[in-house]
Amino acid sequence: MTNHWVDIRNANLILSMGGNSAEAHPVGFRWVTEAIEHNKAELITIDPRFTRTSAVAQDKAFIRTGTDIAFLGGLISYLIETDQIQREYVLNYTDAALIVREDYGFEDGLFSGYDESTRSYDKQSWMYEMGDDGFVRRDESLQDPRCVYQLLREHYSRYTPDMVSSITGITVDDIQRIWKKIAAMAVPGKTMTILYALGWTQHSTGSQIIRNAAMVQLLLGNMGMPGGGVNALRGHSNIQGLTDLGLLSQLLPGYMTLANAKEQDYRAYIDKRTKQPTVEGQVSYWKNYEKFHVSLMKAWYGDAANEGNNWCFDWLPKLERPLYDILDTFERMSKGELNGYFCQGFNPLASFPDRAKVTRALSSLKYLVVMDPLNTETSEFWRNYGEYNDVDSSQIDTEVFRLPTCCFAEDEGSIVNSARWLQWHWSAAPPPGDARPDTRIMGELFLKLKRLYQEEGGVFADPILNLTWDYRIPDDPKADELAREFNGRALEDLTDEQGNVTRRAGEQLAGFAELTADGRTAAGCWIFTGCWTEAGNQMANRDNSDPYGTGNTLGWAWAWPMNRRILYNRASADVQGRPWGPDKAFVWWDGEQGAWVGADVPDFPTNSPPSQGQMPFIMQPEGVGHLFAGQSMVDGPFPEHYEPFESPVSQNLLHPGKEKARNNPAARIFDEDREALGKPEEFPHAATTYRLTEHFHFWTKHAELNAIVQPQQFVEIGEALADEIGIAAGDWVKVSSKRGFIKAVAVVTKRLRPMMIGDKQVHHVGIPLHWGFTGVAKKGYLVNALTPFVGDANTQTPEYKSFTVRVDKV
Amino acid sequence: MSINVTRRQFFKLGGAGLASSSLAMMGFAPEPAEASIRQFKLTHAKETRNTCTYCSVGCGILIYSKGDGSKNVEQNVFHIEGDPDHPVSRGSLCPKGAGLLDFVHSKGRLEYPQVREAGSSEWTRISWDEALNRIARHMKDDRDANFVQRTAQGETVNHWTTTGFLAASGSSNEAGYITHKVVRNLGMVAFDNQARV
Repeated sequence: MTNHWVDIRNANLILSMGGNSAEAHPVGFRWVTEAIEHNKAELITIDPRFTRTSAVAQDKAFIRTGTDIAFLGGLISYLIETDQIQREYVLNYTDAALIVREDYGFEDGLFSGYDESTRSYDKQSWMYEMGDDGFVRRDESLQDPRCVYQLLREHYSRYTPDMVSSITGITVDDIQRIWKKIAAMAVPGKTMTILYALGWTQHSTGSQIIRNAAMVQLLLGNMGMPGGGVNALRGHSNIQGLTDLGLLSQLLPGYMTLANAKEQDYRAYIDKRTKQPTVEGQVSYWKNYEKFHVSLMKAWYGDAANEGNNWCFDWLPKLERPLYDILDTFERMSKGELNGYFCQGFNPLASFPDRAKVTRALSSLKYLVVMDPLNTETSEFWRNYGEYNDVDSSQIDTEVFRLPTCCFAEDEGSIVNSARWLQWHWSAAPPPGDARPDTRIMGELFLKLKRLYQEEGGVFADPILNLTWDYRIPDDPKADELAREFNGRALEDLTDEQGNVTRRAGEQLAGFAELTADGRTAAGCWIFTGCWTEAGNQMANRDNSDPYGTGNTLGWAWAWPMNRRILYNRASADVQGRPWGPDKAFVWWDGEQGAWVGADVPDFPTNSPPSQGQMPFIMQPEGVGHLFAGQSMVDGPFPEHYEPFESPVSQNLLHPGKEKARNNPAARIFDEDREALGKPEEFPHAATTYRLTEHFHFWTKHAELNAIVQPQQFVEIGEALADEIGIAAGDWVKVSSKRGFIKAVAVVTKRLRPMMIGDKQVHHVGIPLHWGFTGVAKKGYLVNALTPFVGDANTQTPEYKSFTVRVDKV
Repeated sequence: MSINVTRRQFFKLGGAGLASSSLAMMGFAPEPAEASIRQFKLTHAKETRNTCTYCSVGCGILIYSKGDGSKNVEQNVFHIEGDPDHPVSRGSLCPKGAGLLDFVHSKGRLEYPQVREAGSSEWTRISWDEALNRIARHMKDDRDANFVQRTAQGETVNHWTTTGFLAASGSSNEAGYITHKVVRNLGMVAFDNQARV
């Protein structure tokens, strides 16, 4: 979330799209109802289904799954053509005025630079044009045909209401009514907040859907504003934290990135990531990249990392592929290219697409290690459960180790909620039996490996033998020690320009501004610096006071970065530093104090006066929000609608007859998986997976209370489809895709209605995902038997939300 | 009129529904006898602050357990409720969170390390030492056999692609950090968590 849960109450309009927070985040959703009741806000839901969120919405529309970019792109065109944008904001705080290179273009559904053989783009032309002064050229009038604003206008001019309607299935009346309500939020003192979840991410165009939302919010002047923002309602209790800590194939902690194999030179690696301002005088905070990087290397390697060996640059693995994401990994595993795999609190048999392929892949491993509090399906993938898991154990040679871990109640430490709050928790009781915390398992396993390398020698043992490991009990590192380590400390005295000591050696750092690139500081995750300072554990703070009445409780827990609760909050004030409206005062310039003040910690240099002209988006080299993504996305600088890889309609109505532009041209799909895609003739219905309010993933089917309230697997089928195929409520049905099938009880409902796509009637089938073959609920079928093995072009997040099925009565 | 409910009991009532909390607000407090049973039940419990482990709202919870922490005393969690001080959740829990106690005590909880040998159709209980020794052996053998120091083009890569690791978005930052530190320094790149899916 750019904003936070309580801040939703400050919104004037709430757009819920790609999520169903009333059901999936019920307690967070109370702040939506608070906004409706006390801020006269309206809630609009746009979803394929009538959801529990829709049930309390003032306005709603039903959209065909996977077509959100058509709706949002059309909205952008409407905002521009009717001149309903927050003009001062757009002109100053976005890149609307910046000029784009002459050779950038878009034709037949493809951006300039496409190479079909690699399904990728040469992004050279996707850049701003640089002037002779070394900074980006701009046109304040927004009239230059090569400025971002005009290119944006041109790009979405194709997204007329009729076109949007024929792609999304929403009627033109509904589209225009909702666009009009959203456009009213372009007034400076009004804000819309956007709430989304996996209904946006789990598409082959997922990242671009979210970008499209951010672009809408920039045009409306809603980023950095209380009651505004683009708010990812994340799915797990610490999925934000694990992302922040970089536990992803290409990342290091704090959104730093590993080098690829071509990046052999340390200096070039650092320089590429050290973003210097491209508009004169801007903050461009990534210019400090090397300070964050060197501090991480010191946290990991201590004295072994020094300037002479490039801070052990070669000890970090380098990437030979763009990503070693889970789809790539299970593709390789299914071909026998992996020998070992660890699942720490993760249930891939249930969670990864094309379950048959996942079973094949796991069966080819030599060893599998499962660390979990619960008896997961993955740990028993080799065991026959009849039709629920039809395998022959004797044919599976994988050695499986199952290690019992603590659950939250037995564990101490911090987790990061969707609003970037690090909240500390304590252990209430010891774990059952001989279960252990993950920290101890990882500690002991590492020390056993280290001992083997010390005794036997082995390949490239340097990082193993030199890894810092100064924990009180070496094979059982404690949460407080680890938290202090990722916060960071001074290794030598730090001094200011006059030579005064500002931080003694050994002291905890108060913030990432103290980090240095010369090895005097160590910090395991720079964005978390400030969470455990000399003043103690800030994550355990419990002052819930709200002195400004904005719902901003700075004394409760600690948020990264630097306890700032709304990102880019300098944008909540106009160019002169004054709040945009009386109800939206949040962070503003106080001339007497010579500082930014207000309800939040300024996400901005505190003493940089408005007259200095620094702009709010301090992580961007231009200081402004990007309507034009430049080279940061792999599949285009502007989002474009492409059909899901499995779609009930056979072409992209924006590009009829252009086969290359039917699906996302830059999305990766392996040959065998392309063969496993269904055709509309055989699998005619759009299908989508989702959660129910009574359950959490595959965990709560192990909890008795949840299993009692929602015991049995079902699928949702609209009345019209039920009539068509002769199904009554309560009948058993078989739902099949080209990859597999599930059987479940049919709930025949008015919540799913057929929609017209062009001249074709399309039905949706709703597939809740919570059942499996372990647990105390009734056994069910893992729904990923159905889903396709293809992901978003940028993140490789699988396309779980849009695929096609057929439904038969059992 | 004096109100004979403590703040916690008041919030507890609030959790039962708007009707009861409105009644309490208007002074129709519950009978003292009824309230004191709850009071008695929690008085000798250890109260531990924690955060709900399910979605990312991060609702504050209070865990009540018995036992004073002595070595020979059984510790047992017997009640979990919302933390009324929490600025987001204000004491509420959703239908998922309301069942947290049953997650802690689930029949599906694992208690001992186990191994399923190749081709077998059952689990065998083993000690932690044996489990971790065998795993470490597998890892070292695979790493030593398949670690890539240089590509065919002579580029230094120092990576290990034949063993992969999925980390847990339900675990703490501290577990995540130590996991990253270990996994990356073994050279692993096939490394993801639930944020990937």
